[in-house]
Amino acid sequence: MSAMQRLAPVLMPGAPLLTLSGVSRRYGAVRALQDVALTVWPGEVLGIVGESGSGKSTLLRMLNLEDTPDAGDYRLALPESPGNLFALGRFARRQLCARAIGIVYQNPHLGLLMAHSSSGNVAERLLIAGERSFARLRARAREALEASEFPLSRLDDPPRDLSGGMQQRVQLAKAIALEPALLLLDEPTTGLDVSVQALVLDTLKRLQRDRRITMVIVSHDLGVIRTMADRVVVMRHGRVVEEGLVDQVFQDPQHPYTQELVHAKL
Amino acid sequence: MPNCDPPHAEVLAVEGLAKSFRMHHLDQTLHAFEGISFRLLAGEFLLLRGPNGVGKSTLLRTLYRSYLPDVGQIWFNHASGRIDLARAADVDIALLRRREIGFVTQFLVARPRVAAQDIVAEPLRRAGMAGDAALAEAQRWLAAFGVKRDLWRAYPTSFSGGEQQKVNLARALIQPPRLLLLDEPTASLDVGARAALVARLAELKAAGVALIGVFHHPGDVAALIDRDLMLSEKKVFDVAV
Repeated sequence: MSAMQRLAPVLMPGAPLLTLSGVSRRYGAVRALQDVALTVWPGEVLGIVGESGSGKSTLLRMLNLEDTPDAGDYRLALPESPGNLFALGRFARRQLCARAIGIVYQNPHLGLLMAHSSSGNVAERLLIAGERSFARLRARAREALEASEFPLSRLDDPPRDLSGGMQQRVQLAKAIALEPALLLLDEPTTGLDVSVQALVLDTLKRLQRDRRITMVIVSHDLGVIRTMADRVVVMRHGRVVEEGLVDQVFQDPQHPYTQELVHAKL
Repeated sequence: MPNCDPPHAEVLAVEGLAKSFRMHHLDQTLHAFEGISFRLLAGEFLLLRGPNGVGKSTLLRTLYRSYLPDVGQIWFNHASGRIDLARAADVDIALLRRREIGFVTQFLVARPRVAAQDIVAEPLRRAGMAGDAALAEAQRWLAAFGVKRDLWRAYPTSFSGGEQQKVNLARALIQPPRLLLLDEPTASLDVGARAALVARLAELKAAGVALIGVFHHPGDVAALIDRDLMLSEKKVFDVAV
């Protein structure tokens, strides 16, 4: 017997922060995303798992407005409420991303200028948002790096001279400097040593707890998702095959693919 | 809050609940239990009984929605109405877990670099209590469960099983839920911690918390038990055709 259909939320106050629906994207013959829908509530951490090629990173790039789907609707419940974000022009997208969305990539080269100072990397984000006072730039960059548990003695070091864990902290500081409504994390600890990984995850948890930042985290590592996320979405071949509370999906997976995934990893 | 409930208000009404596990790779279905119905009032303590492997823990986890039931209803009277936990949205379940439904297992989910006292204080902070007050309350409960003062600021990842369990209990019991599910909470506890646990459960029960528990040695909580539910042995494997 299959599990019962779940009802729409009735207890949650307010509205979801993020609503994505009907998102499909083809690259040539590859159907990278097929009719994907997501809902994320304020303060929630949503995990996305799946093997490489499942579409999870493509989906995150859509959420960061780096790419436009062939079809679909994406809304963030922000005061200025710009409607379907996929319909925004280039300039409006850039503005919205800088103000409302932060991202940490697996590969720090995607998010950082490796030869500039760490504090400069964070300040650049603030400059884009219109901050012009040098003293305030420096103070806010410092504050964001401190919140990301980056050693302040290394503020002026360029990311290329830092370890992988430290580079991720600079990316994180840059991502949170403008206090975004939404923080996107794409395999943020993949490739780090296990002990460093635990420390970076702990920093993320701390930030989430102290600031109630809404997060979407993509990882192929179920341990990372279990540590970080409240709910999880399982993707395969560009589709969402299952979603649920993290403990439920990992302890009582319903879809054959999720069962395979859980049994392979645990 | 539970102590605002009128005495003997119904907290839970379970009707015709069944749970099986479909194991796709074996093409098999494991039937855990079926036809479970019971009611639970505020301040009542229900003991789940039956031989090992009969599905007692599975039933607890189904009520908590770590497992998805097949059929049946789990009507839960929450702070502002009635909701079927069997079908409620995931975010609603997550919200109820933060505010009204507690679960105590014998395992602590320790997190790296979080001090014991912060783990215990977290539910209070999340509910809006000021940091200092929450910390003081957390320390009081760590002391009550016999965790030595030297360990309060240490990370439980390095603690022994018994010490971890005390931290776990302090965290789970610091804030009275409306419904508390207990899965062998006395396993691996020393005598002092066991006494503290039983005292706290008596206090919660008196405050109107509804409790459902699985105990390896029910003697520990004999004085608190109002009723029991016997789960019978009928676990069968189906091989699908």
